[in-house]
Amino acid sequence: MSVVTVQLGQCGNQVGQELFDVLCSDALAAHRKTYSTASCERFFHLTSHGDLEARAVLIDMEPKAINSSMTKALKGGRWRYGEASHFSQKQGSGNNWANGFCVHGPRHKDAVEELVRREVERCDRLAGLMTMMSVAGGTGSGVGTYITQCLRDIYPASFILNHLTWPYGTGEVILQNYNSVLTLAHLYQLSDAIVVHENDTVHGICSRLLNIKPIAFTDINRVIAHQLGGVLQPALTPDSNGVYSLNPLGELVSALCCHPEYKLLSVSTIPQMPSSSVPYSSFSWTGLLKHLRQMLISNTKMEEGIDWHVRPPAASGRIRSVAGSSFNTSLANLLILRGKDVYCAETGNFEEATIYTPWLSPAEAFSAWKSPIPFNKYEKSATLVSNSQALLGPLEDIVRKAWNMFASRAYIHQYDTFGISEDNFLDSFTALEQVVSSYRELKS
Amino acid sequence: MTQSVVVQVGQCGNQVGYRFWDLALREYASVNKRGLYDDATSSFFRNVDWRKGAACSVGGQIQHLKARAVLVDMEEGVISQILQGPLRELFDSAQLLTDVSGSGNNWATGHMTYGSVYRELIVDKLRKAAELCDCLQCFFLIHSLGGGTGSGLGTRVLGLLEEEFPGVSRIVTSMYPSAEDDVITSPYNSVLAMRELTEHAHCVLPVENQSLMDIVQKIQMVAHGAKPELMVRRNATLSSGQGGVHEVEKPFDAMNNIVANLLLNMTSSARFEGSLNVDLNEIAMNLVPFPRLHYLVPSLTPLYTLADVNAVPRRLDQMFSDAFSKDHQLIHANPKQSMYLACALMVRGNVHVSDLRRNIERLRPSLSFVSWNQEGWKTGLCSVPPVGHSHSLLALANNTCMKLNFMELKERFTKLYRKKAHLHHFLHVEGMDLGCFTEATSSLDSLIEEYDSLDATRAQATPDPPRLRIAT
Repeated sequence: MSVVTVQLGQCGNQVGQELFDVLCSDALAAHRKTYSTASCERFFHLTSHGDLEARAVLIDMEPKAINSSMTKALKGGRWRYGEASHFSQKQGSGNNWANGFCVHGPRHKDAVEELVRREVERCDRLAGLMTMMSVAGGTGSGVGTYITQCLRDIYPASFILNHLTWPYGTGEVILQNYNSVLTLAHLYQLSDAIVVHENDTVHGICSRLLNIKPIAFTDINRVIAHQLGGVLQPALTPDSNGVYSLNPLGELVSALCCHPEYKLLSVSTIPQMPSSSVPYSSFSWTGLLKHLRQMLISNTKMEEGIDWHVRPPAASGRIRSVAGSSFNTSLANLLILRGKDVYCAETGNFEEATIYTPWLSPAEAFSAWKSPIPFNKYEKSATLVSNSQALLGPLEDIVRKAWNMFASRAYIHQYDTFGISEDNFLDSFTALEQVVSSYRELKS
Repeated sequence: MTQSVVVQVGQCGNQVGYRFWDLALREYASVNKRGLYDDATSSFFRNVDWRKGAACSVGGQIQHLKARAVLVDMEEGVISQILQGPLRELFDSAQLLTDVSGSGNNWATGHMTYGSVYRELIVDKLRKAAELCDCLQCFFLIHSLGGGTGSGLGTRVLGLLEEEFPGVSRIVTSMYPSAEDDVITSPYNSVLAMRELTEHAHCVLPVENQSLMDIVQKIQMVAHGAKPELMVRRNATLSSGQGGVHEVEKPFDAMNNIVANLLLNMTSSARFEGSLNVDLNEIAMNLVPFPRLHYLVPSLTPLYTLADVNAVPRRLDQMFSDAFSKDHQLIHANPKQSMYLACALMVRGNVHVSDLRRNIERLRPSLSFVSWNQEGWKTGLCSVPPVGHSHSLLALANNTCMKLNFMELKERFTKLYRKKAHLHHFLHVEGMDLGCFTEATSSLDSLIEEYDSLDATRAQATPDPPRLRIAT
């Protein structure tokens, strides 16, 4: 089954291009025929000339980012974007969610829907749709939200996964917190699952694990692509009966998003290291999974500076202990293991009841996917997709900063011009405070 | 890709504009080596040769490029010089509007008299320029505030732009008179013009002659070898007009070059590729939290390049520090002592996102931001550097320090106004009455008050407003 990706805005188009690059180079590496076939069917289709063409639609309100992504893909030579599967305009959304959502989105609805429909019709079987965008700017966030809404209307029964890039906390776009609040509040009603990458976290991975200096956006996007690839490439799932799963998005959603109040997923991957060191390193599954589990419960997003003092609260009585205050409670976790000896990996320490919310049994809360094929040159690698309190802190920061700005009515006139009133803002704030409170309550 | 139209009004506006077109051509010549007419070139120029392959040799001889500009002056001097100069082919007569008698340093003559006489003609020329764009995004108005034409007619044009093209951005570069300006009526002209700027512009970039002069002097000192480790690249657009079409330097040219560079660097991220684009409509969107407070303090770095090419990271960090030092500001003001409402860092050239983050974190503690915008940074990365440099930074600060400049201007105005000096020259003009003066001063007062009330929040620690509570 196939996934159709919709890339929106400068960020979405840059990250999407890196993702397809990782997927393609991983799929085409030697000795993996069924894996390769499964991956290619999922993300690419063959043109009459035998070229791999990404099952993707590129959308932006401004031409430069799309042009550069398409050229980059062509230059790589392994795959490319469809000649006609992009849509751009001349003038961007000006970092304003309202401009994207109320003006550009509705104006170009038909054109975008047509492009997506064409891409969907090329699939033998549609596994679902994935949108990629940032929440900071105007096009990704505003048009992206609007288009997600349209797709939800046209494909009511399909899985829709939104991949979001969250901006640097110290500011990329001044309106980023307003735009994030409006995007998240709306997507929460529409999406089946929201996968989040924070630029700050990924920046840390680039500088501390990968030793990249100086760090460019390409480096950051490549890390995101690697982590996403680890999730999206074919794997054997509990329901797939020994062959590669046909329904990656559906199984992801059913493994992780069992409750409509909880849709925010974070991703962490282990190991990550400079590509020059990869061939000289070897790992044991026990070691990797021990680290990954501590990263999960201590909410450390990379394999460095892990706080080993954090322990799950005592099983008896389930009373919040002092030591447990920094403990990251999960609702559900999906562990994806790829590489050598994958069937010997022991995942028991992810199945303890103490790391999950009391109202879900570990058997329901934990799932594992496996594939014996090494991913993206790593002999062994583990990716954890987690529906936990990991994003509570960053989400609260966004809501708090946006609320402070809203209290002084700064910048509101810019949104009002395009038809987003103070009441619309209040609705979004209410919705997100609800999400924040739900995640905070996971513990008890 | 979008297009912009430059509207240059008055003597000063046209002189700055002239330098802008010269440097813009040089920039395209150095970026676009093959001389093909492309999207980037189209943002400021139109191609009048539609033959197939339409090559246009940028730089050498201008054959097929016309500037997207409207030139207005109520004297003939500057514009006729432009028409005799090497850039004459950039403009055709449909883009020009001149009169012979000038505005006599009188805002009222420019705004009321000429404004009414030439209204239709100006609108017509603006419309023609707009029709030649396929997606017009922005008008750049260049003028000075001290005189009569730029100040009076310039702000009249600004009003017309708002009426005729409400959806198009209006970014104004205004030359503010120095305290010892030789035009005696300049405080009147400036205050009257300020009201129009406050009400009708999206962004104003205030620039002062004295600051430009200081910057030019600094560049010349380095060029003449005051410090051996510093040097000025001969071909840099910032430091000299050499290499451009126009070879002989006139006294004001060096100063006007700086303003031209400001416009080039502000628009580069919308014209060229980069990993973090900034479209022109994002500037006002991010930097203007309240519609009237749209005066942005610009600063440009580096002014010259260090000869030592090895100290790259240090040199980069120095560039960011410099952007927050007074020496690099295009107007005398003190943002570090006041409060930032928002700040944009627009970087060109070989600079990465990690350099940007590192410097924001480094500079952040020394700057005070308004409580609700503690992370008020807008950032841009354009991969094409300015001519003659490997990288550059333009900082635009929306800062309450502008209040002091406005208070000082108000003081100079009051000194004249109390004695009713020269007032009759203004009141003679049809359409002008004392009401215009009182309205202009009260507009300026309320602007100063708005800055004041924001400044007041700085003294007290503002607690976070109580959040919405969810019933559980």
